[in-house]
Amino acid sequence: MRLSELPKGAPAVVDRVHDAHAADPIAQRLRDLGFVEGEPVRVVAIGPMGGDPVLIQIGYTRFALRRAEAARVSVRSEAAA
Amino acid sequence: MSASTLRIALVGNPNCGKTALFNQLTGGRQKVANYAGVTVERKEGRFTAPSGRVLQILDLPGTYSFEANSPDEQITRDVCAGNYPGEAAPDLIICVADATNLRLHLRFVLEVKRLGRPVVLALNMMDTARQRGIVIDVPELQRRLGLPVVETIAVRRGGAKALIERVDGEVPTAAPAQPDDAASRADLHAQVREILTATVTMPRTTAALDDALDRWALHPVFGLLILAVVMFLVFQAVYAAGKPMSDLIGGGFGWLGEHVAALMPAGPLQSLVTNGLFGGIGTVLGFLPVILVLFLFILTLEESGYLPRAAFLLDRLMLSVGLTGRSFIPLLSSFACAIPGIMGTRSIQDPRDRLATILIAPLMTCSARLPVYALLIGAFIPIRYVFGVFNLQGIVLFSLYLAGILGAMAVGWVMKHIRRDKSEHALLMELPSYRMPKLRDVAIGLYERGAIFLKRLTGVILGLTVLMWFISTFPSPPAGATGPAINYSFAGYLGRGLQYIFAPIGFNWQISLALIPAFAARETAVAALATVYLVGGEASGGLSHALAGQISLASALSLLVWFAYAPQCMSTLAVIRRETNSWRNVAISFGYMFGMAYAASFIVYQVTRMLT
Ligand SMILES: Nc1nc2c(ncn2[C@@H]2O[C@H](COP(=O)(O)OP(=O)(O)O)[C@@H](O)[C@H]2O)c(=O)[nH]1
Ligand SMILES: [Mg+2]
Repeated sequence: MRLSELPKGAPAVVDRVHDAHAADPIAQRLRDLGFVEGEPVRVVAIGPMGGDPVLIQIGYTRFALRRAEAARVSVRSEAAA
Repeated sequence: MSASTLRIALVGNPNCGKTALFNQLTGGRQKVANYAGVTVERKEGRFTAPSGRVLQILDLPGTYSFEANSPDEQITRDVCAGNYPGEAAPDLIICVADATNLRLHLRFVLEVKRLGRPVVLALNMMDTARQRGIVIDVPELQRRLGLPVVETIAVRRGGAKALIERVDGEVPTAAPAQPDDAASRADLHAQVREILTATVTMPRTTAALDDALDRWALHPVFGLLILAVVMFLVFQAVYAAGKPMSDLIGGGFGWLGEHVAALMPAGPLQSLVTNGLFGGIGTVLGFLPVILVLFLFILTLEESGYLPRAAFLLDRLMLSVGLTGRSFIPLLSSFACAIPGIMGTRSIQDPRDRLATILIAPLMTCSARLPVYALLIGAFIPIRYVFGVFNLQGIVLFSLYLAGILGAMAVGWVMKHIRRDKSEHALLMELPSYRMPKLRDVAIGLYERGAIFLKRLTGVILGLTVLMWFISTFPSPPAGATGPAINYSFAGYLGRGLQYIFAPIGFNWQISLALIPAFAARETAVAALATVYLVGGEASGGLSHALAGQISLASALSLLVWFAYAPQCMSTLAVIRRETNSWRNVAISFGYMFGMAYAASFIVYQVTRMLT
């Protein structure tokens, strides 16, 4: 499942970040910000217009990501992990 | 002396308190605010440590990693690595980390350590960390990182004492430099996780207050409602609190002018003092309270951490007009002045988004337009209450702000559709914790803005006012002349020449003339109008009275709209040139704003004339 599809409030764990194209700077930045294998994540809030952007809680930090950015992160539900 | 100077660089993730720490150390007054991207240039300060050694400190923009992709992150990387032109590598790096957000911040600490330079880690925000029950085993952290670790509270007096002592002592030895490649980067996260498990215990991952407030502030319906109410209240407050004080100052100066004039012999010098100095400058000075009230709100909002929430709510809207949620904060600063706004766009990593933001920033109603708005609104819009609470004058002011915003959206939308690069650009924005604004920081901010305003007043504006007085007084009319003396002055000729351009949008020659000094500093338009009308002897009952008698409602509305869109102050254009390094962008922004202002004023003037 992609982070962009994760329902609000459901606990999940990051699988990995996918490059949308070769040497994708957005994917690299996501990894630098801590979207790496095994990190717990949660969708905290959803933007008012078209559900975009989404607010992601990862570690102790909250990041606003657009759906296209969140779609680069694949996650698995915590129960399965 | 220079041999014992220690050069220190402050680095860390955005919003960890570097600037607050810098101010604490150097007694400086740099701007702190609760969002990423406040410090966008390197700032330098120095102080003498207890040992007598001089410490020279650089405050650098925040960065998440050294794989920098924004201009301000690049500065930080270059300075630390000693690659910044004209800047030797620092003797010591103080790496600042937010103790409540170590999972993110420690990764950068490890990256800094790999540069192979002496590093001290400042664990900042220890007050908040303790409040939240976060326990950090500092000796163990120190051992695992292999770096000296010092706790700090950058916003508390004496909160950096331990850091000063540590820095003043022996410079720590540097860890060996390590290569920077993809494999080792991935490794950093694993190291951070390991260190955290061993040294930090956290009762819960988030602050309970943030969760509670965000539930409302980011709610799809209530969030937008709260945002609208906040914005509307700000502008009503500017009017309710600022305006009466302004009137008081303006009145006081008029009274003072009369008394001073009584002591002087009649003649051109007396007219300079009463008309130019007390009339012109007094009118502009009267707007100081209005501007301070506006800044009080902006500074409080900045400190509270609410602004990035607003950026979150508005991102989608901004995206649809070719901007990004990140543009929100520079654009909001542009309500104070476009110059810090345009400089603040450096925190937008993306060059395309950044340029778009720079081009529309001057359309946000800056505080220099307030005197002009307030003057015209006071003269032409009756005080009436709508729904019993909202002052009609306040509503007109709000509409002018709205006109600027809608204009900016239209321009953004057009730019989005004509530009060639249509690729994806990221948001990726951190939302900070809410914080109670500190009285001291807000007071410092207000003081700074007030000082800047007064400096402009006594510099540029005073000079231009005297110049305007000069050209409206000389040359004297020839013997036997019949019309008012000012018609024969330089100002009379210049104004009438300009009127050819501006007559279709309803400006008389006095207004056309006032547009010239307004190009240097918008507020001067008020002083210039005061001078021209007072010298012309047409302003016995005060400037706003004179205006109401001399120009039509259509002209007044047209002038208001002109000020909303016109390319005006030179300093803004100069900053656009500096920030984008291109005259082309200056020409584009001047050209489109002139066209837009002219067209809008033309429509407003002609339509109002038909209706009245
Ligand atoms: N409670 C608390 N707040 C702090 C501390 N240090 C900084 N702040 C606040 O954190 C925010 C960011 O500070 P700033 O110096 O602008 O961070 P920078 O982006 O790293 O330069 C501001 O709102 C400061 O008032 C601290 O030690 N304790
Ligand atoms: Mg800063």
